[in-house]
Amino acid sequence: MADKPERVVLTEQQKRSRRARSIALALALGALVILFYIVTLVKGPGVLNRPL
Amino acid sequence: MTDISAVDHRAGGAPVAPAGLVSEAGVGDYLALLKPRVMSLVVFTALVGLVIAPGHTHPVIAFTALLCIAIGAGAAGALNMWYDADIDAMMTRTAARPIPRGRITPGEAAGFGLTLAVFAVAVLGLLVSWLAAVMLAFTIFFYVVIYTIWLKRRTPQNIVIGGAAGAFPPMIGWAAVTGGISLEPVLLFLIIFLWTPPHFWALSLTRADDYARARVPMLPVVAGPGETRRQILLYSLVLAPVAAAPWFLGYAGAVYGVTAIVAGALMVAFAWGVNVEQDGERATRAAKRLFSYSILYLFALFAVLLIEGGIGTAGG
Repeated sequence: MADKPERVVLTEQQKRSRRARSIALALALGALVILFYIVTLVKGPGVLNRPL
Repeated sequence: MTDISAVDHRAGGAPVAPAGLVSEAGVGDYLALLKPRVMSLVVFTALVGLVIAPGHTHPVIAFTALLCIAIGAGAAGALNMWYDADIDAMMTRTAARPIPRGRITPGEAAGFGLTLAVFAVAVLGLLVSWLAAVMLAFTIFFYVVIYTIWLKRRTPQNIVIGGAAGAFPPMIGWAAVTGGISLEPVLLFLIIFLWTPPHFWALSLTRADDYARARVPMLPVVAGPGETRRQILLYSLVLAPVAAAPWFLGYAGAVYGVTAIVAGALMVAFAWGVNVEQDGERATRAAKRLFSYSILYLFALFAVLLIEGGIGTAGG
């Protein structure tokens, strides 16, 4: 029988920090999606036409 | 990655990751990596570049440009803290930053900064302007590689040349609207570029011990306080007329002209005061006064430009 893999148990503080970071990351990605959506609406079909 | 072999094995329980192996960094620690106070100045000056630029841009596009410039500046700040973690730990002013405090590892800061830099440049290019994106990428490169890695620990001219990085944002804002560059944003660049040395040298006069301990060759450490005071006055004497240039070249209105002349004269007066008061507590107070006033000076110049530009835009 193989031993069960050894795992690290996070402290409560580490869990809280990880959860806060995960939420912040999700919000940032969600905001990026919304930003791209709105800019696409604003620019319309010319979204790929921009000054170089 | 967590090194499993280094975890604590508490009696009868599961292995517990000791502090430092698994991050306890909160969102606030990551926000601190972005240097929010520097970022606010960058956003403000970029906003002025956006507003005074000729032509119209949709508010959503303008907001996107400012957001990308802000994130790009924050990314540069994070990468600066990654590289400077060793000297930050030695200086009173910077010892409480997230890496010296052990809240974030240098590797995490580097990854965070690089990711944000790539996102900021890519989004600015895709959604606003590729010229602005290239300028933002160059600004980040200049701040991290030219200033932080190359110049900061090698020459007392570090903040003179490195100051260019902080002077680019109004040009990026302008480029985001027009897709090009002309003399007006270059003048804004010059104002911030010439403002940076007297601003930072006034600070470094009061923090010379800190810089000496960290072996950072700031001007007061290398050339002495006397030479630093002389250089502060010389730069202020050049800065004041350059700051008035947008008015006498016809790019800004009379309110800006009066503000630039009066505020510029005060800047020179405070710099003169730093030269007069050479010793003791009075010298420290004079340097602190100049440092505080220099922030107000730059803010006043750009605020008037912003108001004049806003009125011009509203008036069509």
